[in-house]
Amino acid sequence: MQIIFFLLAATALISGIMVVIQVNPVRSALFLVLNFFALAAIYLLANAQFIAAIQIIVYAGAIMVLFLFVIMLLNLRQPEEGGAHRHLGQKIFGSFLATAVIALVIYKVFRMVVPPAKPLTPDFGSTEMVAKSLFTDYLLPFEMTSILLLVAVVGAVILARSKVE
Amino acid sequence: MSIDIPTICLTNIGPLITLSVAGLLLLLFDAFSGKAIKKAHFHQFSLVAVAIALLQTVLLWNRQTSDFSRMIYVDNFSFFFNIIFLLGTGISIILSVHYLENYKKNYGEYYALMLFAAVGMMLMAAGGNLVIIFLGVEILSIPIYILSGLFREDLKSNEAALKYLLLGAFSSAFLLFGIAMLYGGTATFYLADLAAFIKKNGMNGYTYVGMGLLIVGFGFKVSLAPFHMWTPDVYEGAPTSITAFMSVGTKAAAFAAFVRVFLEVFPSVRMEWDLLLWVAAVATMTVGNVTALAQTNIKRMLAYSSIAHAGYILVGLIAGNQLGATGILYYLLAYTLMNLGAFGVVIAVARKKDSYLNIYDYSGLAFQYPGLAAVMTVFLFSLVGMPPTAGFLGKFYIFSAAVQAGYIWLVIIAVINSLISVYYYLRITVIMYMQPAEADLGPVAVTPVVNATLIISALAVLLIGIFPGAIFQLAMNSIKIFGS
Repeated sequence: MQIIFFLLAATALISGIMVVIQVNPVRSALFLVLNFFALAAIYLLANAQFIAAIQIIVYAGAIMVLFLFVIMLLNLRQPEEGGAHRHLGQKIFGSFLATAVIALVIYKVFRMVVPPAKPLTPDFGSTEMVAKSLFTDYLLPFEMTSILLLVAVVGAVILARSKVE
Repeated sequence: MSIDIPTICLTNIGPLITLSVAGLLLLLFDAFSGKAIKKAHFHQFSLVAVAIALLQTVLLWNRQTSDFSRMIYVDNFSFFFNIIFLLGTGISIILSVHYLENYKKNYGEYYALMLFAAVGMMLMAAGGNLVIIFLGVEILSIPIYILSGLFREDLKSNEAALKYLLLGAFSSAFLLFGIAMLYGGTATFYLADLAAFIKKNGMNGYTYVGMGLLIVGFGFKVSLAPFHMWTPDVYEGAPTSITAFMSVGTKAAAFAAFVRVFLEVFPSVRMEWDLLLWVAAVATMTVGNVTALAQTNIKRMLAYSSIAHAGYILVGLIAGNQLGATGILYYLLAYTLMNLGAFGVVIAVARKKDSYLNIYDYSGLAFQYPGLAAVMTVFLFSLVGMPPTAGFLGKFYIFSAAVQAGYIWLVIIAVINSLISVYYYLRITVIMYMQPAEADLGPVAVTPVVNATLIISALAVLLIGIFPGAIFQLAMNSIKIFGS
């Protein structure tokens, strides 16, 4: 279990970094798909089968296809050369700070005592349990998420509507 | 499998429901009604919704419970903030109407998004669970990202929206990661359980990291230094009515969540965070005030001033005692009135298409429009913190709370900062009253409703400054939930 987890975590991290540093947007998108699959597998390890399935169907399936369509329709050009050397000082300073913070976090996290994990109920992570918590304890967040999604849709329409009155 | 549906009481979230339903109805009206009815009635409809929500909040006053399986708190703290949010939303709607008509952008969606943003604010103030607080942050932020980019033809508006979206998403990630870390360390999202866990077992590595990331996330939303870089650009580029709305709404909502989380969950480990916030408060006040000195665009100046005010309010959180929390509530109410008022005058003076935003465009305002100059003076005096305005008492409560808690140096720095701020606020008064107009100002169109709103806000600023007793009592009542 441990080895599988670390393999998956390494895949997710490396593919995540590749998403950011790839120049070609299509490659970035494909690495993002890999990242989603690795995450889905981690969810499976954590006994969350339903979430894992949703992750693959919704994110890796539907959303990434849309991403790729948009990238291809927009026909993004390669960025101009010479961008890499701009703000060099800031980049060095920033990466130094980021490394320091990450080192501090890792140091802290490894030295601590992990509180004992609660045993899971046998049906944890099943569709039934997810549905149950959505409609009982998490009812309000569930309803509010619908407002969040509505707002995002309305906003996209406002910003993208073709006719400027 | 048996399912126990938890008992819920919908009156407890009455204001939330009213605003959400009103927002949905507005979207439907906008889609299906004829052009003629449209324009005139959207803002009236949303104002009615805000008024109903305000009434519901007042009727709920003194109810103390939690609902939806402890997801939200129903208490005076959230009601007090609801009143601030609803006042802010209402005044912003009134200020928007004429401004949007000038730009031919008087859409129904605009008001709907504002109402939804207000829903997000209320969730942040009422959240008893980190999931709700996070959802509130997002429901508040996404409409504001969109509304800042409302003027699609204007490059500055585009810049504002994109900058706010990217940095806001970045800060949301920090907030979310912090929440995940807290969950990892304590296995709960509920504020009450988190507080109990930390009180019993102390902090562990996860909760330290989580707390730090929460400070980053909230710090971005209230624009604390060093997370304030987005503020001037976004405030300058966004439509002025939205700048007004977010300068008070986002700040008050983020402070509501900030205060609730830190005074409820982390009071037992005060020593761990007060130094961090001390440094942030000093940096925020100093950066805000010193940079504001150099601004000639009034929106940018007010942006830096709002950064500085975040610093003052943070002083109250650092003090962490009853008086400090009361002071924060009082100050945020005063800040809502005075800042919206100042932006109202800015909207009026800027006229068509924001053409007069330089501070020297105010020269001679007092000779042509003495009323407008007088209310602006009241708002500016209150922003400085001069007696007998509400701004003075807000600062007084917060600073004396900090003195009580023993943060003498912090208060000295804060007072020095207030002195610095005198220069850039009063410079505008001097320009208005003592410099002749460079050119004829031309007509400044102020509708009677806006006029009345500005005058009432100015009177309110004076009134709660001179007779603070009632508001102070209400604020006192609202923070009883915090133990210390």
